Amino acid sequence: MSALGPDTENQIAQWREYLRRRAAIHGSDVAELEDHLRSQVSTLMVSGLDEQEAFLVAVKRMGSLDGLSREFAREHSDRLWKQLVVLSERSDGGSRDDHFLVVVLLAIVAALAIKLPALFGVSMDGGEEVYFRNAGVLVLPLLTGYFAWRRRLSLVALVWLALGFLVAALFANLYPFSERSDTQVLSILHLPIALWFAVGVAYVGGSWFSSTRRMDFVRFSGELFIYYVLIALGGGVLAAFTVMLFSSIGKEPDEFVGLWLVPCGAAAAVIVGSWLVEAKQSVIENMAPVLTRLFTPLFALVFLAFLVTSMWSGNPVDLRRDLLIAFDLLLILVVGLVLYSASARDPRAAPGFSDIMQLVLIASAIAVDAVALAAIAGRISEFGFTPNRIAALGENLILLLNLAGSGWFYARFLRGQGSFTDLERWQIAFLPIYCGWAACVVVGFPPMFEYR
Amino acid sequence: MELNKDLVAASATPLVLAILAEGESYGYAIIKRVAELSGGEWQWTDGMLYPVLHRLERQRLVSAKWGESETGRKRKYYRITRDGLAQLDLQRQQWRVVDRTLHGIWAKASLA
Repeated sequence: MSALGPDTENQIAQWREYLRRRAAIHGSDVAELEDHLRSQVSTLMVSGLDEQEAFLVAVKRMGSLDGLSREFAREHSDRLWKQLVVLSERSDGGSRDDHFLVVVLLAIVAALAIKLPALFGVSMDGGEEVYFRNAGVLVLPLLTGYFAWRRRLSLVALVWLALGFLVAALFANLYPFSERSDTQVLSILHLPIALWFAVGVAYVGGSWFSSTRRMDFVRFSGELFIYYVLIALGGGVLAAFTVMLFSSIGKEPDEFVGLWLVPCGAAAAVIVGSWLVEAKQSVIENMAPVLTRLFTPLFALVFLAFLVTSMWSGNPVDLRRDLLIAFDLLLILVVGLVLYSASARDPRAAPGFSDIMQLVLIASAIAVDAVALAAIAGRISEFGFTPNRIAALGENLILLLNLAGSGWFYARFLRGQGSFTDLERWQIAFLPIYCGWAACVVVGFPPMFEYR
Repeated sequence: MELNKDLVAASATPLVLAILAEGESYGYAIIKRVAELSGGEWQWTDGMLYPVLHRLERQRLVSAKWGESETGRKRKYYRITRDGLAQLDLQRQQWRVVDRTLHGIWAKASLA
């Protein structure tokens, strides 16, 4: 093949640049398409066209950049989730400013909504549990509404979601919980988890059965968590300075901070954080993978060290009251690490070191949990079945099952027998199970244990 | 001839798999082979082939690896997998039904 002239080389470089700017088309795709373009140019030149003509025809045959980008996006939707905001904004016809206004309004409504029980004469000072029980029911419908608006959810879906929140509100408020009831604490902890799936249904725009959209929702949840922690840190500093400033002039702002600033801020932050995730995804997008990469080997190391130490020393696991919950948290953390490294991974890439690390992490976490579970199983009759223990045990089993399956799929993938998508599907299939269990704890546990 | 978009989308999988069943190949050569087989009647927007290839790769019906072209450029080569061959067989049976059905009705229609 004859080398191309500098003009054509320049034009090809420019074309490559245009392609690169498309989020859905990655560097290796550009290389593949460029090989195609150059092959086409040289074939056309052999058949008599001059260089310029050949280049123009080849580019034309390749298809328009928009069309190409759309086709790539359809296949590689994972690369494009950050573009969803921009795209849907364009189709809304509304400007960015309108959108921002809606977010600010929703945040204000959320901040006020959290104080709603005050209208019914329940003070936050003394009636905290009413506020805690209703936090999810008060704030999450607004977030769901926001996504329903952005994704233009159908009326039928809206009615179902509204019904879901209504039922949740009934279960949160109608049970006659006794004083300092354990099942009430469980209900407070599990209701937001169950309701988070209503947010998910709105987030995926109703296409709940699309596993790529579900994965997007998983990503969204993780990024929101990171943003929320950042906002909470900022809020803490704000609250501290508020107290410091006003007490310096002899006013005690404790009541304002405790009863207004913190709860209202926490509610509004859910909306603002979600909006930030949607609008500024590319900023944090790379953080979750970096964090998981950093901590996967470290956690694996700690688990292995724990296993070796406990075997070597022969010390039995000390069974304190909150031990099961601590091990649940540990499993949640590992599932999170697995989930987020999976969501950030290119499913087509070949297995590598970090995949082996993941498998080590999963295997060691399962072993650690097994040590704890064995200790608990041996003495469960001695403890008796309290609602806390059954809830914690159920969660432990669900997470353990999840990790065992993940480990199995990772092992298969590393041996080249299955694709990474199998693992993703397995992880995603668990989302409704988490929701179902949380709903079970909210609905079933209080009557089962007589509202203790 | 401009083929209907849905028709192209539906037939792309068996077509690409069948071409790869002939042997390892790469994007441009696949497009050339399609043109050759259809006598130039099948006009494909070249770029659209690649998302199809990537989908087949994700579904593990084909495997891909980077190699070099005869002039030393980076080039991605595709090869059909065992799953791909099975899928091709399935598609071939399905298309035979479609083909036979249409053939039957068209033979009658031309008589009328």
